[in-house]
Parts: sequence; C-alpha cells; structure tokens
Amino acid sequence: MSAYFEDIEIGSELVLGSHAFTADGIIRFAEKFDPQPFHLSEEAAQKTHFGRLCASGWHTASAYMRLNVLKNQELDELNRQQGKPVARFGPSPGFEDLKWLRPVFAGDTITYKRVVTGKTESKSRPKWGLVHGQNYGINQDGETVFSFKSTVFVERQTAASE
Amino acid sequence: MNDRIYFEDLVPGQVYDLGSKQVSKEEVIEFASEFDPQPFHLDEDAGNASILGALSASGWHTASMVMGLLARGFLNKSSCQGSPGVNKLGWRKPVFPGDTLHAQAKVVEQRELKSKPDLGLVMFEISAVNQDGTEVLNQVNPILFGKKSAAPEVAKA
Repeated sequence: MSAYFEDIEIGSELVLGSHAFTADGIIRFAEKFDPQPFHLSEEAAQKTHFGRLCASGWHTASAYMRLNVLKNQELDELNRQQGKPVARFGPSPGFEDLKWLRPVFAGDTITYKRVVTGKTESKSRPKWGLVHGQNYGINQDGETVFSFKSTVFVERQTAASE
Repeated sequence: MNDRIYFEDLVPGQVYDLGSKQVSKEEVIEFASEFDPQPFHLDEDAGNASILGALSASGWHTASMVMGLLARGFLNKSSCQGSPGVNKLGWRKPVFPGDTLHAQAKVVEQRELKSKPDLGLVMFEISAVNQDGTEVLNQVNPILFGKKSAAPEVAKA
C-alpha cells in the first residue's frame, strides 16, 4: 500500500500495469491449477461455449496480484529513496464480488487498476485501519474482464485514540 | 453410457469430496515468485519474521490449489462451462509448506438461466481444511453447467 492509512484518499485510482496472456502461459497455469478443457488447448476450447483457449479465472486474478505487489514495492522504494517512512500492510482476510466478466483469451493484454472506495477504523487494532478497494482488469479493447472488491489492513501513522 | 454430472444432477445439500493436496515449500516459493513476490511467501527467514510466523502460501496460491482439487476431483467429471465469479472468499487461516489441504464442495442452490437455456447456474460453498481439520479457505462460487436435456451425446444414446 506504501502510504499510511491517514494519507490514503478515497477515490484515488492507480494503474498497476499490464499482463500479456500467451497460449503457453495459459496452458502452463491450467495444467497445475485448473486443468479444464477450455484452458488446456485451442482445439478442446472450440468445442465449448468459450470457443477459444482462455485463461483460468485464477490466472487472471493471480496476474493482478503480481502487478499489485510489484507496484507496492516500486512505491515503497520511491519512499525509501526520498527518506520517507514506509507503511506496512497486513494479511487480507479475503475478498468479495469477484467477477470474471469476459473470458481472457490467448493474445489478450489485461491492464489492471485499483480504486480506493472506502476506509474503516479498526476497533480491535488501533494501529491499523481497513482500506476498501475496487479492482479491475481491462482488455486491449477497453472491456472490463475482471473485477473484485478488496479489503486490506494498512498501518496508521498515529494510533487511533480510544 | 454417459456418467457425466449435469446441471440436473446437482441437488441442493449434496456434498462432493474433492480430495487432498499436500503443499510443498518449492511450490509455495514458485507460485509466489511468479504471482505474489512478497518476502514472507518467498523466504523462510522473512516468513519467520512476519505476522504469520513462518513461510506461508500466497492466498491466491491457496485459492488456485483449491481450484485444482475442484477441477480434478469434480468439474472434469461434469458438464462444467466455467464460472462467472466468486461471491465471497475468506482466507481463514494461513497455509504453510507441509500442510495437506482437503476440500469439499456443497451445492447450495441451482437455477435456470433465461438467457442461456442450455446452461444452468449452480451455487457452491467450497471449503478447504488443513490436516488438523482447521478451515483455511471458504468461498461461495457460482458455476455454470450444461444441461443433460441439451447434451448431444445423451440424445444419441
């Protein structure tokens, strides 16, 4: 997250980066984690309602996480170089409303972004706050293919008063 | 003979055992290197120093491993046509190398789709526990299935 809870602005939007999905990458992920016909070969996918080889939804989600982590690390590094403190963030308890809105086909490039939608003070952990976000994956034609609502614990610069 | 599981076979209350998967340190590090390169998923020392107290699997890795159990243990025996999403997923407890995950899928409800008469939507509650019986992941996941009545191989049989 890189910024402290207090400094995170509701409504702020950040582009995380893009991931190009290749047939090889799609098949490699699917063989390990989601070996269904439409994720394993072009030929088998043609016999399903997808029509073409497409990525496992968990591959689409995992590619989001990669770019999210790398962006956080980049922002943290920038803060360090400027001599600023780096806020920690805690493990995520889970997510809601994850949608695979359209298939991600071999050859697609998905650009991911995150938007801060809200903040909640944590009653049980005064040194931390909860940041709520809406996250998106958008293909090269501008179509949203993936979205989910996230919640993450972010460190406060000053502990909340009782 | 067609013993595939179709939409019509998925009755609310029914529970499918998805089998087990042991989690290795190599797999945890491999997944994290590619998709979640945070120190506590990559390195034992960083894991020990983290809030979770040991090298732990990425939550997305856990979700993907459960997907593997779901696909191999159930969906590949069915008329599955993908999923529109996950309504809610909880990472209840961390998953560590050496853990054995055991998953199951329970049918919560099923409904017809007006827009796609040859498919139906089935809501599952999918749960994974570790070797101590502690739940590590829980998710509510709608999945699309072809109907037996629309399957060409059934019509021919």
